[in-house]
Amino acid sequence: MNNLISLCAGQARLVADDPWQWLREPMQPLPAGPLILPLTAWLERQDEATLKGERFSLDGICLAPEDEVERLHAYLPVLPLIAIEFPSFRDGRAYSQAYLLRTRLGWTGELRAVGDVLRDQLSHMRQCGFDAFAVREDKSAEDALKGLAGMSVLYGRSAIEPRPLFRRRSAGEPL
Amino acid sequence: MYQYDDYDRALVHERVAQFRDQIERRISGELSEEEFLPLRLQNGLYLQKHAYMLRVAIPYGTLSARQLRTLAGIAKDYDRDYGHFTTRQNIQFNWIELEQVGDILERLAEVEMHAIQTSGNCVRNITTEAFAGVAADELLDPRPLAEILRQWSTVNPEFLYLPRKFKIALCAAQADRAAVMMHDIGLYLYRDAAGELLLRVMVGGGLGRTPILSQQIREGLPWQHLLSYVEAVLRVYNRHGRRDNKYKARIKILVKALGIEAFAKEVEAEWQHIKDGPAELTDAEYQRVVATFDAPAYATLDDADLDYGSALARDDAFTRWVSRNVRPHKVAGYASVVLSTKPGTSSPPGDVTSTQMHAIADLADDYGFGEIRIAHEQNVVLPDVRKADLHALYRRALSHGLGTANIGLLTDIIACPGGDYCALANTKSIPIAQSIQQRFADLDALHELGELSLNISGCMNACGHHHIGNIGILGVDKNGSEWYQVTIGGSKGKASALGKIIGPSFSAAQIPEVIDGLVKTYRDYREADERFVDTVQRIGLEPFKQQVYRQAQVPA
Repeated sequence: MNNLISLCAGQARLVADDPWQWLREPMQPLPAGPLILPLTAWLERQDEATLKGERFSLDGICLAPEDEVERLHAYLPVLPLIAIEFPSFRDGRAYSQAYLLRTRLGWTGELRAVGDVLRDQLSHMRQCGFDAFAVREDKSAEDALKGLAGMSVLYGRSAIEPRPLFRRRSAGEPL
Repeated sequence: MYQYDDYDRALVHERVAQFRDQIERRISGELSEEEFLPLRLQNGLYLQKHAYMLRVAIPYGTLSARQLRTLAGIAKDYDRDYGHFTTRQNIQFNWIELEQVGDILERLAEVEMHAIQTSGNCVRNITTEAFAGVAADELLDPRPLAEILRQWSTVNPEFLYLPRKFKIALCAAQADRAAVMMHDIGLYLYRDAAGELLLRVMVGGGLGRTPILSQQIREGLPWQHLLSYVEAVLRVYNRHGRRDNKYKARIKILVKALGIEAFAKEVEAEWQHIKDGPAELTDAEYQRVVATFDAPAYATLDDADLDYGSALARDDAFTRWVSRNVRPHKVAGYASVVLSTKPGTSSPPGDVTSTQMHAIADLADDYGFGEIRIAHEQNVVLPDVRKADLHALYRRALSHGLGTANIGLLTDIIACPGGDYCALANTKSIPIAQSIQQRFADLDALHELGELSLNISGCMNACGHHHIGNIGILGVDKNGSEWYQVTIGGSKGKASALGKIIGPSFSAAQIPEVIDGLVKTYRDYREADERFVDTVQRIGLEPFKQQVYRQAQVPA
């Protein structure tokens, strides 16, 4: 049980049967099943066909805060999922990583927040492009759902709303 | 004054509800203090020595009389009947109970105010000068662009958990009265020969443990790119700024480590991706924001006023006050007035009682357009006063303890709250300020000394900006006792400079004597109209050192 909230077509739901296993520090030998691996471990585990972009990978990648998102560019077509780690909820690098993955690298697959993922930051994560949230183990995912909506007003723009308010406003959209 | 629209109102009210819920969850124990900390900071709530402190945002230092009366009500109902104006044009209440914060924020929201992002590792209150929109030397009013930046930075989801706090200031006048060069991003607005509005972008300024003045990163940036360029700077900083050591986490450290050229290259590369996107500002948006600032309905007046002239001729104290506390206005017949919050020993710098707040609000209604500004120097400005009303205003200000004629003089001290309130402070600041104000209480002597800024910080965090005071005093802890290190030669504005340490530190009791020594040296050496800071620059530290240490009988 990954304590997972997933957004599907804008609808949030709790996922009870998430198959993914996130290995922050992969042990050897690796366990069976779909894994989410740090970038270097993922690269090691892939065969040549996958690295060349000819075959889907069975494993997802988890980016650490210091990983450059640009490094994923070549692998995006074969990746089933990308996770980004919040080692602490106060470390905001993942917001920029997510924003860039969505807006600059064009990633459209699942983007999952893992690590210190808490209710009061979920709306910011959502606006930066995350669509799955593995809420910290000791917290209730059901409770965290309440943090997903955030506030109704966004002055600037975000990964899911590329137009700042002044452009939406001039388009005459209601509040 | 900026007028809220439905979006602004919805945001502040939703924010109050959100933070109320977070406070309740903290009180019930559902949120740990660690989890609550950044949430409360981003809502302006600090935990100090004795109580919570709430810092309320005063965007670019502009308040209405109605808003100030609400602040007075909060001071009376929830605090000990006073508030403290800060160097970043905000107001702090020092004796707040957690359970009451929701109600206070609700009252603020009713008058279009909030405490959002007045603390925390995010973009803070956007500041500019207190005379924005009225200064005679202004190119244009910087507040619409400041408001555009305020909106953009408010709850911007990508930049709420930066490595450290982030401060932005704008200046659109000949003189820089916003201390732009000590900000993380500083923006100088100007026009080119063709009249195009351009930005000179400065980056990497800040005081604290490692004081650094900002460096120019971009010249000639068309104003339409304001948001995209600031976004590029913030993204580079958010990705690459240090997070392993809070004392090395400000953008100034990143700029210094990379060098300004390499940092500028990173920003430029990022900016190329976003510059022509939807973040590009439009003239329509600029004009919309300009229109939300109600322009005062100025009367057509002669620049010279007969009554004002005769008051100057018969009332010397008034004339002296005018010479320091009244500033030229861009509209004929008007002036801007600075009400000093530094009367001397009767109250700490920047502190204003609820009665005084009501008095200021009344003055703004009676002699202005109900508008008030808070200056970086912690004083209060009435921006639009008819010259004909200056004498009456002066009399009333005096009766409320707000008429001290000391703006820009030695007793117009900038000081942090210090060890009396702050949990971070090494030493007290307020008693030091008061001991100096007591020593230099004689107004004639003060005026004869002329322009001289004195700044006091109770610790390395430098909230009192001691590095850029002509005289700076920094409180340091030596084996559990309080000592004070003195710097001279600092200055702010376009000729910003960091002060230099004159030598070993002093006890609190020695400080008035030390300041006396510095002032005496200046008097002995000054030429013609030279200001204190010019004399320091010309003759160097040595004569000051000699005088002070010989006099204090402390080995240099």
